Amino acid sequence: MATTTYIDAIGKAIAQEMRNDDSVLLMGEDVGHYAGAFKMSKGFLDEFGDTRVIDTPISESAIVGHAIGMAYMGLRPVVEMQFIDFIACSYDMIINFAARSRYRHGLGVPMVIRGPSGGGVSGGPFHSQNVESYFLNTPGLRIVAPATAQDAHGLMLAAIRDEDPVLFLEHKFLYRRIKEEIVEGQVTPIGQAIVRRPGDDLTLVSYGAKLFDCLEAADVLAEEGKSCEVIDLRSLAPLDMDTIFTSVKKTNRIVLVHEACLTGGPGGELAARISEDCFDWLDAPILRVAALDTSVHYAPPP
Amino acid sequence: MAGSVDESRFPGFGGRRAPDLFVSKKRISKDLRKALWRWMVTTRQVEARLGILYRQGKVVGGLYRGEGQEGVSVGSALALEDGDICGPMIRDLGANMVRGTPPRDVFCQYMARATGPTEGRDCNTHFGDHSKGITAPISMLGALIPVVSGMAWAAQNQGQKVVGLTYIGDGGSSTGDFHEGLNMAVTLNSPLILILENNGWAYSTPTSNQCGNEWFIDKAVGYGVRGIQVDGNCAEDVYRAVKEARAHAVSGGGPVLIEAITYRMNGHADHDDASYVPNELRDAWRERDPITLQAQMLIEAGIATADELEAEQQAIFDGLKEDYEFALNSPTPEPVSATGGVYFGEERGLPDPRRGARH
Repeated sequence: MATTTYIDAIGKAIAQEMRNDDSVLLMGEDVGHYAGAFKMSKGFLDEFGDTRVIDTPISESAIVGHAIGMAYMGLRPVVEMQFIDFIACSYDMIINFAARSRYRHGLGVPMVIRGPSGGGVSGGPFHSQNVESYFLNTPGLRIVAPATAQDAHGLMLAAIRDEDPVLFLEHKFLYRRIKEEIVEGQVTPIGQAIVRRPGDDLTLVSYGAKLFDCLEAADVLAEEGKSCEVIDLRSLAPLDMDTIFTSVKKTNRIVLVHEACLTGGPGGELAARISEDCFDWLDAPILRVAALDTSVHYAPPP
Repeated sequence: MAGSVDESRFPGFGGRRAPDLFVSKKRISKDLRKALWRWMVTTRQVEARLGILYRQGKVVGGLYRGEGQEGVSVGSALALEDGDICGPMIRDLGANMVRGTPPRDVFCQYMARATGPTEGRDCNTHFGDHSKGITAPISMLGALIPVVSGMAWAAQNQGQKVVGLTYIGDGGSSTGDFHEGLNMAVTLNSPLILILENNGWAYSTPTSNQCGNEWFIDKAVGYGVRGIQVDGNCAEDVYRAVKEARAHAVSGGGPVLIEAITYRMNGHADHDDASYVPNELRDAWRERDPITLQAQMLIEAGIATADELEAEQQAIFDGLKEDYEFALNSPTPEPVSATGGVYFGEERGLPDPRRGARH
């Protein structure tokens, strides 16, 4: 059976939703004629036309602002950030306009903001960031970060159908490294973590590209006779704490792994919740493995 | 070369070239001329009553008035048609009311009552009503520009012959969203009307500290949009200018930038005594109060007598009593109602806020 890359799985999900629902549209810089910096939207302009595949000026704030307006009018825009680092340029629109809209006056903003995040491709400080921590402190947003092609596909379907703004954090290191058979049209619900590898001695929790480092670490530890359970969060908002608590109560040890910076990262919130609810089950301190509190270095390791 | 600005008409704007004001002979019906006056008076009276309630400590936050700028908010909103989208800012309560916001909602909102349009969740004019084509602003200036443009573009794309109208101040025109929003609106050929209310002051900052253009309308050529400059204190001129802009935008001509020259007759809000504004400027602009100017026109045209207008103004004032008393007698929201309602399908008033706060 044919395999699909992580990035094509996303493209297939968006195209499917655009075919099924006329209100879905894609907008961003170079998404039309050029088909996107990573060629995710290849063929989109020809199939859907320039009112549904919109090449925009370099104006991240106005792109998100326009998308909010379109969403108010019943459309379901999918906004591409060429690199997710540039989401900072639209921060105000996301956290002040989109995220607070429903709370303030009951008007939802069904919108997806997606883009390549993460390091490992010599992108330097401005093409390598993990932006989830900037947004986790904002009520009103959904945040997802898939690790597999199937979840990239299934979470995109869920994100487009969601009634609230969803930040869809793709990992560019996985774009073409991950290839697998996918079930097209199969939705991955937002807010559900999954156990990728069952184990008894230690729980490793991660998401995105770091999931694969955790699975590798589990292999190494297995050779030493230690059995690791590996959880793929998939969604950062809302967090699926039940899956984590169940695992902690079984293994009694947990390490939280993410590519976002250590301080103020998702690991801190997870650790707090675990200690609040599972303190009596812990046999060791909760540990975090995360990026240094620096910008992402340009030069690759020797 | 055009001469210099007539300072008797636009006090404080001296040293600039004479504005190229929009003039049109388009006839305005008697009823409409009267309606312009009535909506301006209603807006002024609602704000005046809010001022009393503010001093009584009944308004729990700040009070932001559009006094002196009713010609812009009312004149522009009355030029809209059914289905048009309107995004008023804090000086544009008049537009809100013309579009159908009842005074009762304004009183309840300012006094944070459970019966208000946001049920105590947001303040001042931060409320909208999709069914009336009113889009709520946020405090960040310029943010409504791309949002209203996006709404207007969507409506146009759905085959509706409508426009999106929003406002910005002289200060707000310095924001990034003003630039990005208007620029992108042009690239989408969105039917957007953006009214820049040049009222002389951004809180305490004079227009000279906002931009290097002589008039803000000079920006229009830079964005490649139709620019219209208008006397903002003449509600009829504003009405005609917006009608013109509307025809342009609806027929596919793209966005229009209107600079309305006007004046802010109060401080930024009621907590600001605006001591930085020279008294003689405020006095001079009092002479050009848009309501007084409209009343003079009505009297000169024989549409109403001074006595009739005075009686009607009193009736409007008296008519608000029931509304603000309703607000005063309305409950404030239950504390638990501050929780929930953040996500689709999530109820307001969560039984355990600590748990409910987790997402």
